[in-house]
Amino acid sequence: MPSHPKLAEAFVKDKERAKWHDQSLWFVRSKRDKAVHQLPEWELLREQASKIKSYVISHLPDLLEQFEKNATAKGVHVHWARDAKEHNEIVHSILEKHQVKRVVKSKSMLTEECHLNPYLERHGIEIVDTDLGEWIVQLQDKPPSHIVMPAIHIKKEEIGELFHEKLGTEKGASDPQYLTESARQHLRRKFIEADAGITGVNFAIADTGGFVVCTNEGNADLGTSLNKLHIACMGIEKLIPRADDLGVFLRLLARSATGQPITTYSSHFHGPKPDGEMHIVLLDNGRSEISGSDEFRRSLNCIRCGACMNTCPVYRRSGGYSYSNTIPGPIGSILGPAHDTKKHSSLPFACSLCASCTDVCPVKIDLHHQLLTWRKEIRLKGLLPFSKRLSMKMMGWMMQAPRLYQFAGTCARWVVPYLPRFLLYNRFNAWGKQRELPDIPKQSFREWMKKNHDRK
Amino acid sequence: MAPQVGLFIPCYIDQLYPQVGIASLKILEHFGADVEYPESQTCCGQPMANTGCTNEVGPLALRFLEIFKSYDAVVCPSGSCVSMVKHHYDEYLGDHPDYKRLKEKTFEFCEYLTGPMGIKKLDGQFPHKVGLHQSCHGLRELRLASSSEVVGEPFGNARELLESIEGVEITTLQRPDECCGFGGTFAVAEEAVSCMMGEDRVYDHEQAGTEVLTALDMSCLMHMDGIIRRQKKPIRVMHIAEIFAECL
Ligand code: SF4
Repeated sequence: MPSHPKLAEAFVKDKERAKWHDQSLWFVRSKRDKAVHQLPEWELLREQASKIKSYVISHLPDLLEQFEKNATAKGVHVHWARDAKEHNEIVHSILEKHQVKRVVKSKSMLTEECHLNPYLERHGIEIVDTDLGEWIVQLQDKPPSHIVMPAIHIKKEEIGELFHEKLGTEKGASDPQYLTESARQHLRRKFIEADAGITGVNFAIADTGGFVVCTNEGNADLGTSLNKLHIACMGIEKLIPRADDLGVFLRLLARSATGQPITTYSSHFHGPKPDGEMHIVLLDNGRSEISGSDEFRRSLNCIRCGACMNTCPVYRRSGGYSYSNTIPGPIGSILGPAHDTKKHSSLPFACSLCASCTDVCPVKIDLHHQLLTWRKEIRLKGLLPFSKRLSMKMMGWMMQAPRLYQFAGTCARWVVPYLPRFLLYNRFNAWGKQRELPDIPKQSFREWMKKNHDRK
Repeated sequence: MAPQVGLFIPCYIDQLYPQVGIASLKILEHFGADVEYPESQTCCGQPMANTGCTNEVGPLALRFLEIFKSYDAVVCPSGSCVSMVKHHYDEYLGDHPDYKRLKEKTFEFCEYLTGPMGIKKLDGQFPHKVGLHQSCHGLRELRLASSSEVVGEPFGNARELLESIEGVEITTLQRPDECCGFGGTFAVAEEAVSCMMGEDRVYDHEQAGTEVLTALDMSCLMHMDGIIRRQKKPIRVMHIAEIFAECL
């Protein structure tokens, strides 16, 4: 699989597009700034959310049991899935039991993580994503490139082209209103025809057994209201202890994600409809292992707001696909290697350590420190490229021997100024491709000190 | 008696930007500090630590501590290297009896001027439009100024000191504290993204009318200067200590 720098380079090559992508996401980040700076208690909310989530992660088994008990009492069927395979099998078996042929799904990164769509399609079930952005990428047969705005990388003209081809809209149409209306008409039919609705879960509440799904399009409500079977899929980290805690998270989530004070719909589910069935599938898929790691436990605090992606200067300029992981951006670069270190070993290095992600994260995950820790783990696992290892080892030796270090510097000062340009600027010098090297001064600071400063 | 300051000059400043070390020294001495430059210093180990090569860092951290522990204060014209010493030596020196003290007495150059030395205003003139690049580690690790992500009262001593110089006009940017894309080995490992980030920063400054681009960290400036010179842009790059020294 191509590494992040390779894919990022290809993305940046189309300068205009990369600029447009950067600016679209920066716009969302600016909206977030405007919204949060109106709340003087913002930092307090973050602190509180972080504490609640940390409590949850360190009390997961108890809270999960409590949730299961309360949800069951409400008539909900609770299922446990160890990994993606089990998750998909459970979902499929429920659908099979009800002879479901058509499913509508509201946005859920978890089902993306499990690759549920292709699995169900292989078993002859039609599954339609009803979040507009996610549906667009589904029509393209691609995964989302962002966890909140799945189609943020696609221009409206391209959507017009896609809709023309797949839905028969007018050729060359790019008016968002027109395109959205066509999508709406098309999806309405899917909602009506569906025999079951699948949703994700934003927050599951241990002390009530209920759960909340946040959308801007109301598609979770529609998808679960018009049929009798609702399957909600959630990662085990999505719990919060009490209904009282919900306010903290709802205030943080939408402001961080898009700069809205709250998502248009916060749908609360407390058991099945009178003649319906409700199922919750709780997925582990490596989460309990992460919860046992002192270093990475806090990454489970994530409420999937996407703010770290919007602010990440690298994500904005390399696009979601350059991460080759269901969850891209800073948090994806932590979760990816936790799942498969070798496959995702370039991700923790796709970061300039600017720490902006750490400062926007509504649940205060120390993202850039965790990325740094991953670099260390990757080195320990022997997955660092030899060239990087060697150069750092040599630098390490040299810096322990001041004489050697001075000697190297002196040599460079003697030699470099006389080298012809092609020896300094060539394909082996990644620095010099688009940047000049600094001029080498006649003397180093320490040499100057020796000559000019009277004390040692 | 004036406090004894150990001047910590990062390896790349020593080798590539001696004028920044000289300027820092001059300013500190001008305000009465008793400065010493321990010659056996080399590198704080940040490049290795950021690459994950922590085996190589331990000995350098210990060297650093031994060399600097006897001073009243350690001052360095680079936020990034100071952040390495203050925030990332724990795993190597965590139990060392002198480390806690070292942490407390290590300062970024402007932080030392405006804090312990109590300098609030600089005399002299610098009649230029100055663009202040907020280096990330100074900003989000050392908290030397407020960052745009965090809600609270804005602050920034280096900016105030710069503004106190007659003639200085600080330019207004579209993105006041976005990363320049240097990031140490990132600059080479992710060359394409790194350069685009740098270009975008330079462009923002160009639009804002920046004549002199400055920062608390020479590494960010080295990266942006590389782009400025390649693209022949009319922006001059100076470390903040160099501006201060020009006003003496
Ligand atoms: S890590 Fe933080 S900022 Fe990123 S998606 Fe999760 S909650 Fe949001």
